[in-house]
Amino acid sequence: MTTDQHTELVGRGNREGADLFRSWFEELSATAEQGGQSAYVFVMGSIAEVLRVFDLPTVFPEINSLQTAVRRVAHEYLNEAEDYGYSPDICGYVKADVAVQLRKGAHPMGQIPTPSLAVYTNACNTYIKWAEIWERMYKIPIFTLDVPGTRQARMQTWRGDPDFENDRKYVAAQLKELIALCEQVTGIPFDIDRLREVLGHANVMSRGWSRVLELNRSRPSLFNALTDGTVYLGVANGFRGRAEGAIFFDRLVEEMEYKAAHGIGTLTDEKYRLLFVGVPCYPIFRRFNEMFTQWGGTFINSTYLWFASGGTNRGFEYNLNDPLESLAEGILISVRDAMDSMFYQDQVLAGMVDEFEADGIIYHPIKSCRTVSTGLADNRRAVMASRDIPTLFIESDMMDRRVVSEAQLKNRIDAYFEGLAARRAAA
Amino acid sequence: MAPLTFPEWRNQPLEEILYHCRELLEDTDFPTVKRWRAAGGKVLGHFQVYFPEEIAHAAGMLPFKVRGAPLEPMQADSRFGSYLCSILKTSLELALSKRVTMEMFVTHPICDAARNLAAVWGRNFDYPCQILYLPQNANSGFAATYLRNEYDRLRREIEQIVGREVTDADLRRSLAIYNHNRALLRDLYALKRETPWQVSGYEAYLLLAVGGMIPREEHNELLETALPLLRARPAKKQDKIRVVYEGGFCEQPPLDMLRALSQSTYVVDDDLLIGLRWILEDVPTAGDPLYNLAEAYLEKSSYSPVQHDLRKPKEEMLLQRIHGAQASAAVVTAAKMCEPGLEEQVAYTHTLDAHGIPYFVSEFEENMTSFDHLEIQLETFVESLLFA
Repeated sequence: MTTDQHTELVGRGNREGADLFRSWFEELSATAEQGGQSAYVFVMGSIAEVLRVFDLPTVFPEINSLQTAVRRVAHEYLNEAEDYGYSPDICGYVKADVAVQLRKGAHPMGQIPTPSLAVYTNACNTYIKWAEIWERMYKIPIFTLDVPGTRQARMQTWRGDPDFENDRKYVAAQLKELIALCEQVTGIPFDIDRLREVLGHANVMSRGWSRVLELNRSRPSLFNALTDGTVYLGVANGFRGRAEGAIFFDRLVEEMEYKAAHGIGTLTDEKYRLLFVGVPCYPIFRRFNEMFTQWGGTFINSTYLWFASGGTNRGFEYNLNDPLESLAEGILISVRDAMDSMFYQDQVLAGMVDEFEADGIIYHPIKSCRTVSTGLADNRRAVMASRDIPTLFIESDMMDRRVVSEAQLKNRIDAYFEGLAARRAAA
Repeated sequence: MAPLTFPEWRNQPLEEILYHCRELLEDTDFPTVKRWRAAGGKVLGHFQVYFPEEIAHAAGMLPFKVRGAPLEPMQADSRFGSYLCSILKTSLELALSKRVTMEMFVTHPICDAARNLAAVWGRNFDYPCQILYLPQNANSGFAATYLRNEYDRLRREIEQIVGREVTDADLRRSLAIYNHNRALLRDLYALKRETPWQVSGYEAYLLLAVGGMIPREEHNELLETALPLLRARPAKKQDKIRVVYEGGFCEQPPLDMLRALSQSTYVVDDDLLIGLRWILEDVPTAGDPLYNLAEAYLEKSSYSPVQHDLRKPKEEMLLQRIHGAQASAAVVTAAKMCEPGLEEQVAYTHTLDAHGIPYFVSEFEENMTSFDHLEIQLETFVESLLFA
């Protein structure tokens, strides 16, 4: 490979991901300006596979909200929603979105179209409450795709088990009801061949996403799960089921395979391989990561990349010969996995400590998200009981800078790395 | 023969019955559960809001409503992060501290925090700790069938615990006992609504709430005794405003807060412990009992911020509750850090504003002990209405 090819390949995923992200917001702005239809969806089970068949652009209010934090204007939006009546103690994503809606779609990255319908799973209960807000604001149809999760630790059921079949039939019945609703909203008849095409793209993306995550077992790690991973995650969600998304992930796998083969890491001097559990600290996104990288720490994997991709990290591939039934099974397994990544992740983490040769685990519960954060302290206790691994438990928020204390975070992180260094020296 | 778990109220006058109910509700040793266990009984603890108790009852277990407790979460605190409601912590505390021992724990996907409980609980106890996935798409044509089968899964789990089959005949017997309980609770609420001077909101709550801690047969006896005594007590109508209390569907407000509310107002309807009153009609005992129970959950039920049903916009349901009880104002509360409750407050207050219905908004925590400020605010609110 030539130097030019090397330069073109390394970092390509980040460049192309950022370009795709911008183009996606431009598309949304164009839809808003033209008064086109759109579907409001969420990352944990966007059901883009169905919505694309009806040419419905997908709007992810979670992503819109986190972008206000990354762009350091979230507090303006939060204040506006709190003035409207929302409590300081509820999800910051919801409040930022309420303010976007009150501003008639005005957003730092473009113009957000108003919804024609909202489709969401129960992976997060706040999704349901959030959609009810749009129902009140816009009088639009809202659709809960209820995906039953794992009932008890280590008790997942699979195809052929009567309990799994009950769940699968429930999801399949709801998908048919959703399709009928989409036909009604858009006036476009359902086309099963179009669904096959979308599922084909989704399959490539899921396969690629799974492979990319797996490749980060490499030493040194190929990408930072907290920063680079979030870029890839944006494409995985925003472009799910689209040709551009499939091409992106094919090329991302190519880049990561190349980096793995040539020992090219995300840090020049990787000292500590870390797992991240929780949601990123978007109000100080770059700085938060630097507090780790300056010590030679890099995030090799993250539960965020699992649950916030709706469980597509599992790499479930749809059977294109039986698209609707397979879609029901795939959504059930993937969204269930996303929920497991939030509630039952202790066993997976313990396994990853071994497989990814992790040196530490960073738990980052946040005020805004009880789904992710409620069980983390107990989870940490269980992981530490099963593995001899140093962990750090730091609380802040994904949106609200009022509960992000950078100095306190830095003190805790510095002390953690000093402990890691002492432990290594003593080993 | 099932043991008597709550004998204290028997052969007592009304005021003593109410006193013993309060004593039981505040007893963090949970004596009724201990007496049940001492007689060899097994316990299924279920977290708020609704649980199909009939299935556990049919198996001979004591369904125990896990709804927090007035205690300090000394051990549970370390299992949770910050920014959480109190009920999560105190509920786990009563298990960690061995105040309540159970053979099974069940939570529900009612909110982002509570759905974590099966995992947290399961990492701390060896017995089955599960989520019962009540359908969150109540409008799907398949929801009732799905739920019927989910109930059947629960039945099979329970059979493993009790070591015997739970037959349809067992279930039908339990449905009948619970139907009677539902009818008695409807009577209690009708009395409170129609003649609130005969039973205050606080007193009605005492009689309701103990139902989650004792076998339903005992609760039926208690209500059968108390209702005639309430109707017969000498009481005069007072010049109080009629209010609906909203916000008690999960974490429970402290008893003294409810008492303070009842001193200033007639609480003529509420959503306190709505899970105990979720099903509004008799569940048919003929046919498939599990399907009947599932259908009743979906089709013959109340509302709460934690159940989404397109047919039940919460703010419209609140208006119905207010109009149905001929209330002139609402008290809209939420437990601290309770996302569904806090989110619903916005819809409630905007709707009440639009309809010109006065309301009082507040937050509470189950372990609050000082109500001076609340009482002054409440009295000011009431006076503003009385003398408007």
